[in-house]
Amino acid sequence: MLSTSLVIGVAFTYLLILFAIAYSADRAALKGRSWINNPWVYALSMAVYCTAWTYFGSVGRAANSGVWFLPIYLGPTLAMILGWLVIRKMIRIAKTYRITSIADFIASRYGKSQRLASLVTLITLVGIIPYLALQLKAIASGYQMLTTPLNSTVLYPSHWWQDSTFYIALLLVGFTIMFGARHLDSHERHEGMVAAIAFESVIKLIGFIAVGVFVTYYLFNGMSDIFRQAQAIGHLNALFSFNTPANPLAHIQWFSLLLLSLLSMLLLPRQFQVMVVEAVDEKHLKRAVWMFPLYLVLINIFVLPIALAGLITFGVGQGNADLFVLSLPLHSGYEWLALLAFIGGVSAATGMVIVEATAVATMLCNDLIMPWLLKRNGFGLLQCSDLTQIILWIRRGAILILLLLGYVYFKVAGDAYALVSIGLISFAAVAQFAPSFFGGMYWKGGTEKGAWGGLLLGFVMWGYTLMLPSIAKSGWMDTSFINEGPFGIALLKPEQFLGLTGLDNLTHALFWSLWLNIVAYVGMSLWKQPSARETSQALLFVDVFKRKTHSAPVFWQGQAQVQDLMQLMMRFLGQDRSTLLFKQYAQYQGLTLEQLQPNAQLVHFVETQLSGAIGSASARTMVESVVDEEPLELEDVMHILEEASQLRAYSKALEEKSLSLEQATAELRAANEQLKSLDHLKDDFMSSVTHELRTPLTSIRALTELMLDDPDMEWEQREQFMGIILAEAERLGRLVNQVLDMAKIEGGHAEWHTTDVDMKAIIHQAATSMSASYLEKGVSLQLKTPETVAVLRADADRLLQVVLNLLSNALKFVPSQTGQVTVALKDAPEGITIEVLDNGIGIAPEQQALVFEKFRQADNGVQQGTGLGLPISRQIVEHFGGHMWLHSELGQGACFGFFLPRLAHE
Amino acid sequence: MIRTILIADDEPNILISLEFLMKREGFRVLVAHNGQEALDQVANEAPDLILLDVMMPKKTGFDVCQELRAQEAYQHLPIIMLTAKGRDTDIAKGKALGASDYILKPFSTKELVQKVRDIVESST
Repeated sequence: MLSTSLVIGVAFTYLLILFAIAYSADRAALKGRSWINNPWVYALSMAVYCTAWTYFGSVGRAANSGVWFLPIYLGPTLAMILGWLVIRKMIRIAKTYRITSIADFIASRYGKSQRLASLVTLITLVGIIPYLALQLKAIASGYQMLTTPLNSTVLYPSHWWQDSTFYIALLLVGFTIMFGARHLDSHERHEGMVAAIAFESVIKLIGFIAVGVFVTYYLFNGMSDIFRQAQAIGHLNALFSFNTPANPLAHIQWFSLLLLSLLSMLLLPRQFQVMVVEAVDEKHLKRAVWMFPLYLVLINIFVLPIALAGLITFGVGQGNADLFVLSLPLHSGYEWLALLAFIGGVSAATGMVIVEATAVATMLCNDLIMPWLLKRNGFGLLQCSDLTQIILWIRRGAILILLLLGYVYFKVAGDAYALVSIGLISFAAVAQFAPSFFGGMYWKGGTEKGAWGGLLLGFVMWGYTLMLPSIAKSGWMDTSFINEGPFGIALLKPEQFLGLTGLDNLTHALFWSLWLNIVAYVGMSLWKQPSARETSQALLFVDVFKRKTHSAPVFWQGQAQVQDLMQLMMRFLGQDRSTLLFKQYAQYQGLTLEQLQPNAQLVHFVETQLSGAIGSASARTMVESVVDEEPLELEDVMHILEEASQLRAYSKALEEKSLSLEQATAELRAANEQLKSLDHLKDDFMSSVTHELRTPLTSIRALTELMLDDPDMEWEQREQFMGIILAEAERLGRLVNQVLDMAKIEGGHAEWHTTDVDMKAIIHQAATSMSASYLEKGVSLQLKTPETVAVLRADADRLLQVVLNLLSNALKFVPSQTGQVTVALKDAPEGITIEVLDNGIGIAPEQQALVFEKFRQADNGVQQGTGLGLPISRQIVEHFGGHMWLHSELGQGACFGFFLPRLAHE
Repeated sequence: MIRTILIADDEPNILISLEFLMKREGFRVLVAHNGQEALDQVANEAPDLILLDVMMPKKTGFDVCQELRAQEAYQHLPIIMLTAKGRDTDIAKGKALGASDYILKPFSTKELVQKVRDIVESST
């Protein structure tokens, strides 16, 4: 036996160490170094699932019923492994809409319904108090076990003020307030608390495994030794038989336990708190998915060995199996180990109490007390400018009341049931949240009325089939209604409802409560249309991953003042914090505080922040009080939804359109570029034509003026001038003809008279018409043609024009007297080649490409052409499928040539 | 004092008319058939004024104008550009390169003579 002062001293010191951890974690968080932003801490904090019930009770259950302790841990393992996507969505929804409790989650989903929030809180409260009592009981019996001499009966004090459990409860109130209600946070996050809980998870694991190793390997020679000895006392078979004649439907019971623990893993207030509300980063979930199940495996390894060792040591039916963890080391004289085990148990119990009480107190405050006070203007709340202190004190009061209720329950009913049974009753209560909770996450059709009906019916069934019988069995009620049915109606027997027999109490209760819950939820949801707000919230929840965080609510219309909103926030969150939040919000929007507009987004922001402090339903009420909202009609929402879907379809069509538009634009741009360059070309052409017209006009005008000015001008002079004028006039005429010609050919309007053409005849005709000019300049013209030349199809006049042009060009560039020009015709089956060679000054290579372009006469000092002759000739040749070329070297004469094909079809 | 005028144009007939006109007005006349010849004439004969055609082979009137203005000695040599290209951009370019005046072909002989006289007299 250990001294009272030692046990109390050690336990108290341990709690102080915990507080030191929590305090340091809070300080570190303030400095921006979060201890809990870590997947290990996250996974360990989830192990708050393992309470004193696990720590002591599993052994008790294993001792009584063998492997039946297992489903309680397989359920959460399944929840983690199969349901991590669900948890991820829970986290996302909670973080996005600043949801801080299960009650808030459900209420918020169904249109921020106040009555749902209150109902969920009430169910939680009723369901959780036995569970809290259980923790008190665990600590109290552990304490008794340690401080009472072995084998002496534990005497409970007759007066509560002599009862150590009462003081334990008060101590826990103090610590819970220190951990969970020291200050107000709009995120409802408690860094210190989570850090302490994670630490406690480590301690309880160490404590339990220490006892397990001690028992298995010190008291016994390993697991096989224990099992062998257990076999010897003949109890083992009973523990490991599954479907016994006494319990033929064990597999159903197994399944219901599995389902129950799976659901409670997700829905217990403390699990929701550490897993969702306190989650720092969704990514940590990936680590927790295997770490948490691993933790469960580790803490369960020694459950059976310890249970069997207890049975072997103390004898079947002797000693409190729930306390084997303590009594085995004590019995062996290892009091320090018992103390360590006790501290492990204290860890398990306090961890649960602190988190559960914090979470439930938040719910009580936000979803039950505050709305009630706000509605009735209690404490002059509506006039109060800073409500943060009031909220804090309400929470602290709630924690006190919770634990006192737990204590009362412990005093009244604590002895009636074994630990595990109490825990399962609580599990069955929170399991009632499942239909409306998960339905709300994945089914947009779920309505507030459905949720309300389902929850209420489920809760009533739970109370009637599970809670009432348990109270009756504690001796506080007449048990006749259990055995004979109320008023003797057998069909209404709470444990054989409507004549359903054969199931164990728990499975029976779970079956009826959950079944009726689901039927009511789905039935009423389908029966009545949801309100506009419900529809909008349903959308926000179910499609949470499709929405961007911080985006404004689509469904809001009304008017507000920034000042009112800010004051509202200050009342609940305090001035400093509100100012900071507003500043951050403004910064996020890229605005200054003064520039903030009281739009839907700001209202949504304020409401979300308030939700964290006072719950979504109350936040809604408060925001409504300062905002002049237009009532949201279902048609509005449907309209917006419809618009949104139309918009989506429209934008998709637009996307496609814009793609083809883009292509069209690119084509247009290309065409435009082409047009521009064409325009540019036209400009150049016009400018060149103008230049070519003005040049002869200049001479004509100047010379005419000169002659007019001087009537006495000598005749020779006059004759020279008139000769020039005539030549320039002819040049003008030629130019005009050629420009028109060019325009016709280029525009495709030229007339072509295609006939059989004798190319030899054309060359002779051209030579004849040029002979006078050649003779005048003293240039010889030689023709080299074959005897006969086959005809080809072309326009004879046009080809004559080409040859004349080449001959006249050649004449311009050869020197007079010594000039020689040769025309050579080569006939081949595929076509005719004609070349005009001269011995003129030739054309520089860099200019050769230019001579076929309009108005680009070679820069050779002989400037008499219009600059259109060669371009036109080339167009003519190309019209008949041929091509034209120039071979020349500067000073070596030039050779212009062209080839005309005999086209196959002509 | 007899002034010397350099006439640069690649059109022989225009050269003939301008030469006749300027001689009649009592100027000494130099001719050039392209830009390069014009620059050579300026260097050799130091004319008092140039009538400079723009579109000429070898070097254009713009080139000639630019090269002359680049030399200290010809900063203030009067240059009248003659052009058959009537686009505003061409006129602006001529002015920018430092031409004293710009005359569009075909021109009135009287106006041309008046301009030449004004410039020559104002420069003395």
